Amino acid sequence: MHEMGVAMQIVEIATASIPGDLTGARVAKVNLKVGKLSAIVPDSLQFCFEVVSKDTALEGARLHITEIPVQAACNTCRNAWTIEQPAFSCPACRSGDITLLSGRELDIESIELAEEDN
Amino acid sequence: MLLDGINAHKACHHKEGHPHHHPHAGDGPVETHTHGGRKIKVVRRVLDANDIMAGVNRKLFAENRVFVLNLMSSPGSGKTTTLEKTLQHLMPEFSCAVIVGDICTTQDADRLAVSGAPVVQINTDAFGGDCHLAAHVIEKALGGLDLNALDILIVENIGNLVCPAEFDIGEDKRAVILSVTEGEDKPLKYPLMFRECDAALLNKIDLLPYLDYDVKLAAANILQIHPDMPVFETSAKTEEGFEPWLAWIKASAKEKLG
Repeated sequence: MHEMGVAMQIVEIATASIPGDLTGARVAKVNLKVGKLSAIVPDSLQFCFEVVSKDTALEGARLHITEIPVQAACNTCRNAWTIEQPAFSCPACRSGDITLLSGRELDIESIELAEEDN
Repeated sequence: MLLDGINAHKACHHKEGHPHHHPHAGDGPVETHTHGGRKIKVVRRVLDANDIMAGVNRKLFAENRVFVLNLMSSPGSGKTTTLEKTLQHLMPEFSCAVIVGDICTTQDADRLAVSGAPVVQINTDAFGGDCHLAAHVIEKALGGLDLNALDILIVENIGNLVCPAEFDIGEDKRAVILSVTEGEDKPLKYPLMFRECDAALLNKIDLLPYLDYDVKLAAANILQIHPDMPVFETSAKTEEGFEPWLAWIKASAKEKLG
């Protein structure tokens, strides 16, 4: 539900990441990692990104979202697995003492600049 | 006091205009090549700016020795009534204040003000508005409170089981309220919320005689998402089951306040 704010942040961070010596550079693609446990709906983020990137260096840029699975490690038996269902206990030893290794991401990995027309 | 119309997104933009000025572990170096169509490594959390502000709040709370509880739930689960009753029991022993977030109206603030605790109301927008309280909104609201005089600050977040879970506001503990009119499967449908919280309340148990509700299943579903989390079965109306909930808050506060 806060995808609009997140899209605004993406545009802001991506804009600030364009090297200062490149005046007029345009961004063609933003590579984003979104963990499956994050409260973000990719489709809705795509839509918001299109709206808020208008009239910026990111207008028309593609938002490439890589969804990151929820991976966990058991602190008791050292088992590691991917959580597919909403259950957060170790499937091997039933311990609830686990550490989430991934799945909470909402990270901009990189931006790709558009080819210059010259 | 009232703080009307703090629009999280607008304020966000002012605060975060130059995010690169803040040092942060997630900040990556910017690589430079000379070719067109080049890739520039960024490696930054999108919510960096919120996390930084949450860190500022947390430091402020530590300096003033204030225990901060972030109370979250869906709309209509009994957050405000729970808070009213909780304040009544905490107030003799602890100096408390409340920040209450709502999209619209000051009704909650009016109800909570009766307790005698200072209440700061945040309305995220007149209509529509925000889905969560972000760290900078809390920071703004703190201007209306004398932190030094406080022991416990409770933040009543916007009624929503999704977004508030994503935003750190600098709190020490998080609690989620689920009422028995909401369905036993809610923890499984909103796993992030139940994963992120430190305690859960199963509220409105006074209604159980009138409902086909399986309390054991609801509690089991909470524990499936967050094993070992304390689950308190409560009725804010009758105060049944309030003792263990109050004891948990007091113990958590004392842990920080010493």
